[in-house]
Amino acid sequence: MKRDIILAGVGGQGILSIATVIGSAALEQGLSLKQAEVHGMSQRGGDVQSHLRLSDSVIHSDLIPLGGADIIISMEPMEALRYLPFLSKDGWIITNTVPLKNIPNYPDMKEIEDALAKVKNVVAIDAEAAARAVMSPRSANMVLLGASAAVLEILEPDKLRDGIRRIFARKGDAIVEANIKAFDAGFGFSKK
Amino acid sequence: MARKQLLLGDEALALGALHAGLSGVYAYPGTPSTEITEFIQSYPLTAERKVHCAWSVNEKTAMEEALGMSFAGKRTLVCMKHVGMNVCADPFMGSATTGANGGLVVAACDDPSMHSSQNEQDSRFWGTFALVPVFEPSSQQEAYEMAREAFDYSEKRDIPVLMRLTTRLSHSRAIVTSVDDAEARTPNEMHFPRNEVQWCTLPVNARKRYSQLTKDYALFEEDAVRSRFNRLEDGPDKSLGIIACGIAYNYLQENYPDGCPYPVLKISQYPYPKELILKLASQCKRILVLEEGQPLLEERLKGILPHGHEICGRLDGSLPRTGELSPDPVRKALGLPAREGCAASEVPAPRPPALCQGCGHRDLFTALNAVMKKDYPQGRAFSDIGCYTLGWLPPFESFTTCVEMGASVTMAQGSAYSGVWPAVAVIGDSTFTHSGMTGLLDAVNEKADILVCISDNLTTGMTGGQDSAGTGRLEAICEGLGVDPAHIRTVVPLPANYPEMERIIKEEIEYHGVSVIISRRECLQTLKRHVKK
Repeated sequence: MKRDIILAGVGGQGILSIATVIGSAALEQGLSLKQAEVHGMSQRGGDVQSHLRLSDSVIHSDLIPLGGADIIISMEPMEALRYLPFLSKDGWIITNTVPLKNIPNYPDMKEIEDALAKVKNVVAIDAEAAARAVMSPRSANMVLLGASAAVLEILEPDKLRDGIRRIFARKGDAIVEANIKAFDAGFGFSKK
Repeated sequence: MARKQLLLGDEALALGALHAGLSGVYAYPGTPSTEITEFIQSYPLTAERKVHCAWSVNEKTAMEEALGMSFAGKRTLVCMKHVGMNVCADPFMGSATTGANGGLVVAACDDPSMHSSQNEQDSRFWGTFALVPVFEPSSQQEAYEMAREAFDYSEKRDIPVLMRLTTRLSHSRAIVTSVDDAEARTPNEMHFPRNEVQWCTLPVNARKRYSQLTKDYALFEEDAVRSRFNRLEDGPDKSLGIIACGIAYNYLQENYPDGCPYPVLKISQYPYPKELILKLASQCKRILVLEEGQPLLEERLKGILPHGHEICGRLDGSLPRTGELSPDPVRKALGLPAREGCAASEVPAPRPPALCQGCGHRDLFTALNAVMKKDYPQGRAFSDIGCYTLGWLPPFESFTTCVEMGASVTMAQGSAYSGVWPAVAVIGDSTFTHSGMTGLLDAVNEKADILVCISDNLTTGMTGGQDSAGTGRLEAICEGLGVDPAHIRTVVPLPANYPEMERIIKEEIEYHGVSVIISRRECLQTLKRHVKK
């Protein structure tokens, strides 16, 4: 079994933390993993993406081929659409619905919603409201991870919770618990 | 005991170097190479063993410092992005003559597709140019293993080894199996070279050594034929033979999950193994070359192979001539049907990177524009490499040129001599110490009519906030280089200070000599980290 994931967002939104948690869980579960990241100039408020590949057998390429992604996890709705050619026709988009408008020509939200509606499998969640609702306003990325957990299949949700515990451990129990709550909020949303 | 961890290609190389008994890393930050040095800086073994890991002023000083360490018998690593090789070309070429006493490994990280760079130059060319072996790992695991072996090889053959990575390996993570730190090789004791004479490159010595080097190069080629990182894999269908270099090998395999039907020559160690290439060519008339970067091997194949072979790759259009490879263009070159995903959407607008809101570079550009666009529209500003290069884009459009590290100061000077006025240079603090200081001395000696604005954010910002060599001493450096202290001005770039900044910029433009304005405010990214601490 394999799961190819494209993580999308805007520089600074914390997509790499999602990747780190998944990576930690995958390592613990003995899966193969490759994860291509974006560093450098592109991180300054520009669009960023990471190709994350999980498999129970060997993974060759660091990059996902066109049409090969099973899931796009996006911290921003317009960014979710940027990588559609990579998404398999049966693939899932798990996206935050809150736009980040740092460009003058940001499209109309209606256009974005319509384009998303054309994709077969979409989970759209206001991850920031969900994070605030569990008193963890900075954990929108963990809400999205939780929302993805329902379709991730290759990793058990509990393994991901353990991943969150390991990754955030040095920041203290309160931060760990806040992130777990955010994860559960997203997971609950997706399950519905 | 074996240890498994998730590492970037850069980090795997760094760990391999540490486990090979590294005594020092010398580097200047540059995407995608920065994480090699950062990993070493934060790794426990580094502190335990007092491994040198402070940043150098530029790649040339780094290479020379490493050469000194190698002379003294210790194992050393130099790291840079591909264009850093241009900066250290002189000592790098020299190091082929001196040879290596302690293992000397030079890691150059190329950036095909220019994710964060100004060109696509392929560092493998330096290998044939300098007659130095090149290691090009195809995976994170190989990056670890090849780094360890590169030091042994360097000492065995008395030659530096160039390790070439590309962005996609440097910045991609995978699980790497390594030895435990306790099994890391002990660093070398200080000892002088056996052939100390070749370390002085007087013609009388260099001639002898160069002649020897050309003979050694044949030996390096034999080593490459036998290297476990190069191998010829058989395939039943001989209608095509494939040569896959570095990570291009992975893109090939990605397209044949059940095994490639054609014979494949995987190359990760150069000089290219001619014997293996000829063996492949004896079976296949049509050869496809998959290489990341420039068509180095593809161009040379014509000279290696007997007549009658068809060579396909980046030059005949089988693969794109520019840009990094990925599974899809390789798939097309293999003649396989394209894969299809969801239809592309027209909705997303481009979202280019931008200077952070509240960044000091923004305020300098705003003030500079207010003066230049209003009072001196005939003038030009020349800029340099850093976050502030984004000032070329709207809404600022504050300058015309950016070529390479340090060129702002010197190009302003050349254009001023030719009648451009005002000629303004805009350069960051780290770029200034990297390569701007020498140009400023030229300007002082010529009494050039230029204004140099040093946008000092107290760090090397674009690569993530590494130490900047001149922090706290920029005024003293400029004064030391001979700039009149009355024309070294300091401003704090903030909207509240625009009137003062504009006045000072105007005054210094009107001064017909070398002026320096240091616009100083800490990078917001490093400030955030400092506040958190």
